[in-house]
Amino acid sequence: MTSQLYGIAASDGIAIAKTYRLENPSLEFEKIMIAEPGPEIERLQSALAKSTAELELIKEQAEKQIGPKEAAIFGAHLMVLSDPELIGPITEKITTDHVNAEFALHEVAEMFIGIFSSMDNDYMKERAADVKDVRNRVLGHLLGVKVPNPGLISEKVIILAEDLTPSDTVQFNPEFIQGFVTEIGGRTSHSAILARTLEIPAVVGVKHLMENLEDGTVLIVDGIEGKIIANPTKEELQHYGKRKEEFAHQKTQLASLKDAATLSADGVEVELGANIGSPKDLNSALENGAEAIGLFRTEFLYMGRDSFPTEEQQFEIYSEVLERMGSKPTVVRTLDIGGDKELSYLDLPKELNPFLGLRAIRLCLEMPDMFRTQLRALIRSSVHGNLKIMFPMIATLEEFRQAKQLFVEEQEKLAAEGIPFNEEIEVGIMVEIPSTAVMADLFAKEVDFFSIGTNDLIQYTLAADRMNENVAHLYQPFNPAILRMVKMVIDAAHKEGKWAGMCGEMAGEELAVPILLGLGLDEFSMSASSILKTRSLISTLSKAELVTHTEQILSLATAEEVKQYVAGLVKH
Amino acid sequence: MTEKQFTITDEAGMHARPASALVGSVSKFKSDIMLEFKGKKVNLKSILGVMSLGISSGSIVTISADGEDEDEAMATIEEAMKDEGISNQ
Repeated sequence: MTSQLYGIAASDGIAIAKTYRLENPSLEFEKIMIAEPGPEIERLQSALAKSTAELELIKEQAEKQIGPKEAAIFGAHLMVLSDPELIGPITEKITTDHVNAEFALHEVAEMFIGIFSSMDNDYMKERAADVKDVRNRVLGHLLGVKVPNPGLISEKVIILAEDLTPSDTVQFNPEFIQGFVTEIGGRTSHSAILARTLEIPAVVGVKHLMENLEDGTVLIVDGIEGKIIANPTKEELQHYGKRKEEFAHQKTQLASLKDAATLSADGVEVELGANIGSPKDLNSALENGAEAIGLFRTEFLYMGRDSFPTEEQQFEIYSEVLERMGSKPTVVRTLDIGGDKELSYLDLPKELNPFLGLRAIRLCLEMPDMFRTQLRALIRSSVHGNLKIMFPMIATLEEFRQAKQLFVEEQEKLAAEGIPFNEEIEVGIMVEIPSTAVMADLFAKEVDFFSIGTNDLIQYTLAADRMNENVAHLYQPFNPAILRMVKMVIDAAHKEGKWAGMCGEMAGEELAVPILLGLGLDEFSMSASSILKTRSLISTLSKAELVTHTEQILSLATAEEVKQYVAGLVKH
Repeated sequence: MTEKQFTITDEAGMHARPASALVGSVSKFKSDIMLEFKGKKVNLKSILGVMSLGISSGSIVTISADGEDEDEAMATIEEAMKDEGISNQ
C-alpha cells in the first residue's frame, strides 16, 4: 500500500529506487553444546572466508574512492581475521569445550575487547571497536544475517538510516546511492551537507522511518518538498518521473550560467564561492561555477589518522587546492576541532559543554606547536595561488592578535630560512560568536576580512542547539537579531575598506539572498550545488531597490514577519 | 634461535599502522617468532597479541625467531622496523 512520510528537505532533487536499510542487525545467539567439533569448525572457516572476501572488496573500493591511507584500517581488520591468536583459541574452544562457533568466537573476541578497553590510552581503547567490527562481521556470516556494507552496494538504492556517520558515508559510491532518508538530523547535519555536496536528493528528520519501511521497498524521495512516498501508485511514479526530468532540465539550464559573472539586475557584481571539506569537493565546486572557495575546512587533514599531519603533508594538500583554483581566492579556515569532532591521538579532557569549551582557535592557541605547523604549511603554499587565511571561533580581539602574532612569527622564520611565500596573504576571521559581531567595528581595523559563519552564529545567539529537534524551531536564520548582527559586521568592514563574506548555509537560501544583497554582502559562499541557482536568482534582483527595504526589514519583530516580507518582495 | 632487542622510536608507540606492518612482514616465515615486552611474550604473527601489549614510544622489546628461516626472518624484521620508522636500531 502506498504511504507518505514527511521530513526536512535537505538536498534538492527527486530519486526513485529501492530502499537499502543501513542498520546494525541483531546478532543474538545461544550457547549450544555440540557433539561433533568437525562441522562446527568448518562453519567457522566458511564464515571467516566470506568475511575475508568481503573485507578485501571493501578495502579495494575504499582505496579507489578515498585513498590508500584511509583504507589501511580495513587492512588491519583483514589481519585480525587471520590472526593465529584469535583463530587458534576459537577452534580450541570448539574442540575441547564442545561449544558452538558463535559462542567460542564471542568468548575469545570478548577477551581482546576487554584488554583494549582497559588500556589507559584513548587510541588503544578505540581498537576494541575494531575487534568488535570484525567479530560482528564473522558472527553475521555464522548466523546468516546481513551486516550492512555500504561500500559494496552495486545497484541503485536509496539509503535509509537512523543517522549517518562519516565512517558510513566515506564508503558511499555516488554512482549507486540515489538518495538518503534519515530519522535524525536537520538541514545542517552531516548527512544533509554530504547529500548536497554529492548532489543527491535527501530528506532528513523523518520520524518513525525505520519502523515503517522495509528493505527493498520502492521509494520516491522528494528532496524539494521534504517528503517520501513508499510503494507509489502508477500515477505517482509517472508524476515524479516527470518531475525528475524537469529538475534535470532545469539543472542543465542553470549550467549555462557556469562561466557567467554574478551580476544583479542593476549590474552590481558579487562573488559566489563554494564551501569545501577536502580536495575531493573541488570538482563539484568548479563544475558549478564557483568564483572562489569561501571556506576550505581543514579538519579532514587531522581526522581518520593516528598522529598529527606533518607540515609536508599539509603543504601538499593546500598547494594542490590553490593550484587548481589558480587566481581565484581560496579562504582556508585553520583547524576547527574540539566539540563534536574528537581526535584519537589528541587527549582532550571531557567537557560538559564542548560547544562552549576548548575548541577551534582556543585549542590552537593552547597548542601553539600544532598551530604553527599548520600556519607554516599554509604560508609556504601561498606561492601556488590566491590564499587567504581565516581563524575560526574568535571571541575576543586578544585571540585574533595572538593568532596573528604566531602567523607573523612563522612568516619571519620562513623569510630567514629563505623560503619563498606571498607577503600579502590576507588574514581574516570567522564571525560566529555574538561578541565578535557586536565588536566588529574594532575588529575591522585589524583584520583583512570577515566571513560570517551563520550556522554557529545562529546557534550561539539564540542559544539553541541546531541538532536538538526539541529546540530546532529556535534555530532561526531570519530572526531579526541575526540580521542586525549581519548588518553590523558588513557595515564595519566597509567603513574600514575591507570585505565581508558569509560561509554559512544561509548564504545560499532563497529568501536570505535578497536580504544579504541589500545589506551589501560582498561574498556568498555555500554548498556547490546552490551556486548556479543563487547566480540565477541574483540576476533577477535589483540591489538598489533592495537597499530601500533593509530599514523596514530590520525593524520587523519576528523571523516569520521577515520571511513573509521578503517572500512578498521576491514575487513582484 | 636468534634474538635481538629494539627500542621503539615511533612517537605514537606500537599503534595499528606499525603493528600491521610488522605482523605483515613476518607472516610468511615458518619460524616461531615471539615478541617479549615487560615479561610478557606474544606471537609476532598476531596483530591482536602485539597491540594488546600497549607498547609505548621509548619501550625496549626483545624479538626472537626460532626455526629453519630464522635469520632471514630477523633480517626482514629489522628492515621493517627501519622502513616504517618503528625503531632505528
